[in-house]
Amino acid sequence: MNAPVVVGRGLRKRFKQGKSDTIDALAGVSLEVAAEGVSALVGPDGAGKTTLIRMIAGLMTVEGGELTVLGVDVAKDPQGVQDRIGYMPQRFGLYEDLTVQENLDLYADLHGVSAADRRKKYPRLMEMTALGPFTRRLAGRLSGGMKQKLGLACALVRSPGLLLLDEPTVGVDPLSRRELWEIIGALVSDEGVPVLISTSYLDEAERCAHVVVMHKGAVLAQGPPDDVAARAAGRTFTIAPPDGEAPRKLQARLLGDPAVTDASPDSGRVRIVRSAEPADAALAGLVLEAVPVRFEDAFMILQQAADAEGSKAQAEPAAAMKLERPIDRARDEVVVEVKGLVKRFGAFTAVDQIDFEVRRGEIFGLLGPNGAGKTTTFRMLCGLLTATSGTLEVAGADLRRSRAQARRRLGYVAQKFSLYGQLTVAENLDFFAAAYGLAGAARRSRIDWAMDEFALRPMAGVLGGQLPGGFKQRLAMAAALLHEPDILFLDEATSGADPVARREFWRRITALADQGVTVIVTTHFMAEAEYCDRIAILDSGRVLAQGPPAEIRAHGVTKTNPEPTMDDAFIAVIEQARPAAPREKAA
Amino acid sequence: MTPAAPSRRTRLAAKAWRVWALIRKESRQVFRDPSSFAIGVVLPLMLILLFGYAMSLDVKHVPVAVVIDEPSSEASEIAASFQLSPYFEAHLTSSMAAAQALMVSEKVDGIVRVPADFARRAAQGDASVQILVHGVDGNRARIIEVYAEAAVAQAGARRAAEGAGDAATGGQAVVENQLWFNSANDSRYFLVPGLIVLIITLIGAFMTSMVVAREWERGTFEALFVTPVRTDEILIGKIVPYFVLGMGGLVLCMLSAKFLFDVPFQGSILTLTGVSMLYLLVSVATGLLISSSLKSQFLASQVTLVATFMPALMLSGFIYNLRSVPLVVRLISYVVPARYYVSLLQTLFLAGDVWSVILPNAAILAAVAVLLLALTRRATRKSLG
Repeated sequence: MNAPVVVGRGLRKRFKQGKSDTIDALAGVSLEVAAEGVSALVGPDGAGKTTLIRMIAGLMTVEGGELTVLGVDVAKDPQGVQDRIGYMPQRFGLYEDLTVQENLDLYADLHGVSAADRRKKYPRLMEMTALGPFTRRLAGRLSGGMKQKLGLACALVRSPGLLLLDEPTVGVDPLSRRELWEIIGALVSDEGVPVLISTSYLDEAERCAHVVVMHKGAVLAQGPPDDVAARAAGRTFTIAPPDGEAPRKLQARLLGDPAVTDASPDSGRVRIVRSAEPADAALAGLVLEAVPVRFEDAFMILQQAADAEGSKAQAEPAAAMKLERPIDRARDEVVVEVKGLVKRFGAFTAVDQIDFEVRRGEIFGLLGPNGAGKTTTFRMLCGLLTATSGTLEVAGADLRRSRAQARRRLGYVAQKFSLYGQLTVAENLDFFAAAYGLAGAARRSRIDWAMDEFALRPMAGVLGGQLPGGFKQRLAMAAALLHEPDILFLDEATSGADPVARREFWRRITALADQGVTVIVTTHFMAEAEYCDRIAILDSGRVLAQGPPAEIRAHGVTKTNPEPTMDDAFIAVIEQARPAAPREKAA
Repeated sequence: MTPAAPSRRTRLAAKAWRVWALIRKESRQVFRDPSSFAIGVVLPLMLILLFGYAMSLDVKHVPVAVVIDEPSSEASEIAASFQLSPYFEAHLTSSMAAAQALMVSEKVDGIVRVPADFARRAAQGDASVQILVHGVDGNRARIIEVYAEAAVAQAGARRAAEGAGDAATGGQAVVENQLWFNSANDSRYFLVPGLIVLIITLIGAFMTSMVVAREWERGTFEALFVTPVRTDEILIGKIVPYFVLGMGGLVLCMLSAKFLFDVPFQGSILTLTGVSMLYLLVSVATGLLISSSLKSQFLASQVTLVATFMPALMLSGFIYNLRSVPLVVRLISYVVPARYYVSLLQTLFLAGDVWSVILPNAAILAAVAVLLLALTRRATRKSLG
């Protein structure tokens, strides 16, 4: 085996936060990246993944420790490293007003790729990325998945000595993710390029040769994923929920329990990781069926142990979220009804005749690849866009006529952080409360409620823009709930969030739904569909499948795969509906 | 580790190739991005048209009352001189009271009073004409005053020429035209040089600062940095396209100066090109320095506007004469590079290649350009922190 391509010893990096505080982005990280195969960096937000990758790329000064990349000391000769590696930053780094071909040519020129090498390389890159038909399209007009593939192609114009990918799969649908991994796989097997990738998808980490688990600037564990996963050996089980109970309710109940480290809904059952504590009342009467460990199980154990060791301030924010006024109206009342909904932008039909209805207290998931029409549908439901045709009733109000009336009853959390970065947490809440028309005692009481329920008090004086990712999301949700809406829309609220933050997020959502709030979500994480009561899969503006998670999963059943995951089912549904032709028409 | 150290020549060739790739990329972006195109091409054209046609500081067709207390041939000549002048519209009145009424109701901006004894005193050679000017707009008042004096003097000169026979008119005081170097006193003559300063500042500093900050903002630099490209290559790749665009703006201004506005140009084109290149370099370097330090398009554009465009407009001596501003403002103006360029342009347009003016000003611009480029080189590092 060759020498490792990256060797880091005791790496340190400190950033300023606010006026006087500093945080240790890297607090003595030591790692090795093997010369073969794919290595993954995993960890929650703020673990230091991006900082570490940038440091390896020679983009950040090494403040302490030693870092050698491809035998070159990065601190002394960053250019020496940059001459030899390929790097795709989180935002791909494409020039949006250049075409696909022009972007490729630019990077080929900068890397000094000869004309002869290009003739060999380009067809291969085009074949891998399926960008061949789009070479003359502006990069800015590509879909998210295609942009990412182009970014990858640009990093690969010359076979690099090491490929660095910083969260390449954030905000990308399962189909595009799978294609990306196929490219990476081909790269490793055909050209032997070592790859270091950071990701918040643990199933992606699981398939790598080597993983590095990080937490707040420190490495918790590293090694082959199976070795790391072995830490959870003997502690993983699945439980069938008692008759009639939704898996997510059992999951929510078990999640805060001392005897359980982690719980998640999984294919109609609840998967748990036992803690060292003995079984207690919560587990009594349930049949635990031992299952093989996954990398995710060990990851959750490591993260929780590290959190418990650290500060207690962050521990257990929301045991059970309580609404001030639970909604006690009929559960089977239809609160959102969509019939024959159409939205056209010029000649382009973004949403094409979709129908669905959502009942009170349900969690309804809209899933689909990038560009399927999810966000457009959402915007129409919130009254931000006018439908071309069809009917749209939200909370009994026809959205095409009485928007204001409907809006008062719904809360919306947008895909991007849409609060004010220059206002503090308290000021943001105050502003949104005022915007919803709350005043005096009512306003104070609602803001108090939000601060408590979302555990925002310790951050009350911090500017919105400087909050860590998880807090941003909590603040966005808190602001959307100030006016006590009975319907909540969440547009890709967990995109880019780490597994720990996602658990916490879903725990709140589940609690809200239990108290009668109707929740409609879009997500790229298919595993999250398991939390929903019903889901609809959209593609090219049409509903391809609709129903409870178990029913949808059944679409993915094949001879070789009798128990498909939601990812498998999703891909199967989309591929059945699409012709074999390329996914997008050439311009 | 590197395969057999490449020769100096191949290294230079690779470097040139990378710079060329960056320049090509940048040029494509200018023409594709609507905002770049607007600032780099549309705005200069609008400025040229605006300054050339719509904006004029000239005083023409000023309504004045001409009061003739006692008709005489000499008095009529004065009146005719005002009536024929393109600068005035003379209203003849026979009484001062009527003229004052016109002035109070702002029907006229000035009164020219030819006193009763004008003809007699003119014969003696010490005639005087009273000129009253509406002083609400000080600048305008001063200009009217000068014009009126000139008109009176012209009448006197004509008389002198006619009466060439009797040589005894030598004692007559002829008011000379006091406006040197702009003999036609056409404001376009100084607006066009000012226009060149504004356009070069706009393209050089404003546009460069926007495009560099945009690369920081969109994260494109992050990907670009992790390639064999060097910092100096990135800088050259940014300087060259906007330098060329700025020179294009200069050509546009010179063409419109010659063909649209008929502004004379006394200096040599070579000198003009040389000093313009120096100022353009100063502007581009300022833009690069600001955006490399701020890394946000919004901030960079605001700071560039305040730090380059506004001073170029107000403190360069283009609109306000720096000799007639308060001392403090004049002192501040010495740190505004545009000031030196305005001096150069005014000299080149109206006086010619006066080396005693050109050399020191050009030397200052060159020194500033070198200083700013050095600072920019230090501020731009292939690093995110």
